[in-house]
Amino acid sequence: MGSRGSHAARIPDGDSIRRETGFSQASLLRLYHRFRALDRNKKGYLSRMDLQQIGALAVNPLGCGVGNLRVDFPGFVRVLAHFRPVDDEDPGMRDPKEPEPLNSRMNKLRFAFQLYDLDRDGKISRHEMLQVLRLMVGVQVTEEQLESIADRTVQEADEDGDGAVSFLEFAKSLEKMDIEQKMSIRILK
Amino acid sequence: MEGAELAGKILSTWLTLVLCLILLPSVFGVSLGISEVYMKILVKTLEWATIRIEKGVPKESGLKNSASVGIIQRDESPMEKGLSGLRGRDFELSDVFYFSKKGLEAIVEDEVTQRFSSEELVSWNLLTRTNINFQYISLRLTTVWVLGVIVRYCVLLPLRVTLAFIGISLLVIGTTLVGQLPDSSLKNWLSELVHLTCCRICVRALSGTIHYHNKQYRPQKGGICVANHTSPIDVLILTTDGCYAMVGQVHGGLMGIIQRAMVKACPHVWFERSEMKDRHLVTKRLKEHIADKKKLPILIFPEGTCINNTSVMMFKKGSFEIGGTIHPVAIKYNPQFGDAFWNSSKYNMVSYLLRMMTSWAIVCDVWYMPPMTREEGEDAVQFANRVKSAIAVQGGLTELPWDGGLKRAKVKDTFKEEQQKNYSKMIVGNGSL
Repeated sequence: MGSRGSHAARIPDGDSIRRETGFSQASLLRLYHRFRALDRNKKGYLSRMDLQQIGALAVNPLGCGVGNLRVDFPGFVRVLAHFRPVDDEDPGMRDPKEPEPLNSRMNKLRFAFQLYDLDRDGKISRHEMLQVLRLMVGVQVTEEQLESIADRTVQEADEDGDGAVSFLEFAKSLEKMDIEQKMSIRILK
Repeated sequence: MEGAELAGKILSTWLTLVLCLILLPSVFGVSLGISEVYMKILVKTLEWATIRIEKGVPKESGLKNSASVGIIQRDESPMEKGLSGLRGRDFELSDVFYFSKKGLEAIVEDEVTQRFSSEELVSWNLLTRTNINFQYISLRLTTVWVLGVIVRYCVLLPLRVTLAFIGISLLVIGTTLVGQLPDSSLKNWLSELVHLTCCRICVRALSGTIHYHNKQYRPQKGGICVANHTSPIDVLILTTDGCYAMVGQVHGGLMGIIQRAMVKACPHVWFERSEMKDRHLVTKRLKEHIADKKKLPILIFPEGTCINNTSVMMFKKGSFEIGGTIHPVAIKYNPQFGDAFWNSSKYNMVSYLLRMMTSWAIVCDVWYMPPMTREEGEDAVQFANRVKSAIAVQGGLTELPWDGGLKRAKVKDTFKEEQQKNYSKMIVGNGSL
């Protein structure tokens, strides 16, 4: 042991992760401990197996969609950064030349869009909508019911009539929604 | 040779001291008060250390206070509230926000995985192994720590190992001898004496300080005693105050020798590994045991695995189907003096015992609770939950519905289907299709 003192230098690339994601040092350290605790065999990344051990995740209907790949610590933090509550700073103060922070409204929407857009082609097709819906309801709903739900949803959001929902259409259909509140996980001090 | 004579003299004085001060009192169940003095000194030292640490650490780094608080702010509203959006209850694109948020919250902090690692301490207790967040404070503190290491490893450890050795050998020899006698009340009395003495010696081998509460509810013959499980030492702690019949698998090696010796003196219930899979056989044998009112109460740990003593997990219903009176017992360790939790994926038995013997002490509280029986119309699962709640409340532990088996196995699919059912009812059952 002999772990005297805890500072960001112990986390590999700690400073650059902090800048990119906007987490405080203390939060980053807690996430790092959590990452290490989940990474049972100390592989340096989280595999599907590690995540499956979490009971509350395994019962989440979207649980199997999460983590098909290996997630290393920067990736782990980047995903969580999308859920960081929006800072209360004055938006006018932000330097417009810097890249948009990961937890901005647009980026949160992009994250949610990617949960639907399984083949990453920039559009949610009816087929992809069906697949995600099927994940969420399991075997409880018949194929016809599911198809009609998918059709209705795509039709309502689709404005240019191409039968699929692009990112802009997706964002437009959710413009009244309080994304910041729904997609926020606040890390306690 | 002078060196050898000197060593021989020291050894014999040492052993005589041990005999008089520890072994003899154990036979009679009397305490000489040495451990109390030790504990008092220990408590004073740890208090002093805590004050030094608090003075030394700058106020901004509030990390150490975060040990007992959650990582994230949880919003525990049920699915219906979390999903309601612009329109009523139909499916909408935003539903995915709720599930992804819940999923990520679970990844960052879930109730279960944290129960399988040792509890974090609020303030350092001068053991290297609990030094996670604490920085160098002062020379005095470090000196005390070094002194502590010397005392623990060079004074306490040999003493404890000697005691443990004596205790186990006495147990094996004693029970084998008693086992030669024909069945009679003398045999029972002798076997109780042997068991109690050896357990007391072993507890002293760990510098255990145990407080028993509500001794009037101590489990009676013909009943079943259930308790929460933190480590193999739980057995020692309970048997110091009364004799139980134990239930378990037959092991090989040292454990096997102990098991075979014990069963000669009094009827424990040991199963072969193959027999454990057959639940009806297990239930039958246990039923036979408790039907005989002269036999000792059975000791069972329904969680099935070691949990870190901050919570109580699901009780397996098997023990509650046998019938008979259940005597619940709550065990709570004080982590300040030594962490009793056995993390079997991290430490094997020997390193675990070594850690136990190099801690300051094992301090715990044992609460005996009034007996419970299964009520009319209550099935085994509900009964198990009722007992579990009672134990959790008494011991000041939180209650979790999850299965301790999650340490090693995956969650059953039925739980996920529950969630899916709930969600489907919402988006389909509202007739707007």
